[in-house]
Amino acid sequence: MENFTPYSAFLGGSLIGLSAALLMYFNGRVAGISGMIAGTFDVKNSANHWRLFFLGGLILAAVIFNLFVPHAPATYSRSTLLLIISGIFVGYGTRLGNGCTSGHAVCGMARLSIRSIAATITFMAIAILTVFIIRHLFGISS
Amino acid sequence: MTKNKAALLCGILFGFGLAISQMNNPDKVLAFLDITGNWDASLAFVMGGALITLGTLQHFILKRPQPICETEFHLPKSNNPIDKQLILGAIIFGIGWGLVGFCPGAVLAAFGDGKIEPFLFTLALGAGMMLFNKFHEIK
Repeated sequence: MENFTPYSAFLGGSLIGLSAALLMYFNGRVAGISGMIAGTFDVKNSANHWRLFFLGGLILAAVIFNLFVPHAPATYSRSTLLLIISGIFVGYGTRLGNGCTSGHAVCGMARLSIRSIAATITFMAIAILTVFIIRHLFGISS
Repeated sequence: MTKNKAALLCGILFGFGLAISQMNNPDKVLAFLDITGNWDASLAFVMGGALITLGTLQHFILKRPQPICETEFHLPKSNNPIDKQLILGAIIFGIGWGLVGFCPGAVLAAFGDGKIEPFLFTLALGAGMMLFNKFHEIK
């Protein structure tokens, strides 16, 4: 566990929680990122514009952080094909299951929603199994 | 504060949260999911921080009659049953998440890292969502 970073993880997680709380306080909305991305497909509907502002702010903050704060770069050792397949699965799965890590594992679990708890346990277990198969059975590194 | 300004502020906080906790780095996420390898428990601390903060604040927020910029709280119906769609969706998402280590928020927060991969993944993610809309006849 030499890469374990509990303090920055807890601080970052708290900011994510604060963001979700403020979005509920001001706009009465759940901070589910997959739902927001899906909502931006219909930009002609002005009721969807807050989603663009949220996602724009998210990207802006991360770009500023990446530019000015030293951090470990991602290795991206996966092939382009695997990257595309993974993206399609994540896009399709989060629509079918009505949420992703933010919507189910953070917002839903904080409300003690039974559906979100079931979804979180399921995608966590499946993701752990997927990593096990890829790394330890197929021996594809990192 | 308007709805859009509030959303922008919240998005900025969310983006900094993802970047500070390095959840925008798939290596970090895969290291959490790899429980039989060189396990990195950081992601659990991200979730812990988020759940404690949101759970505490939300307790007071939801006691208010309505949010500041809207007339009602838009909460998913909590009494909906666990159905096949939910679990199948979670399984498909779990496979995709485990393949690369990107979830929808994390990949957007990786846009600033100067690599092409986050953009490719996001295009594929959009394609997956459109595929869903096509199959399920949603406009």
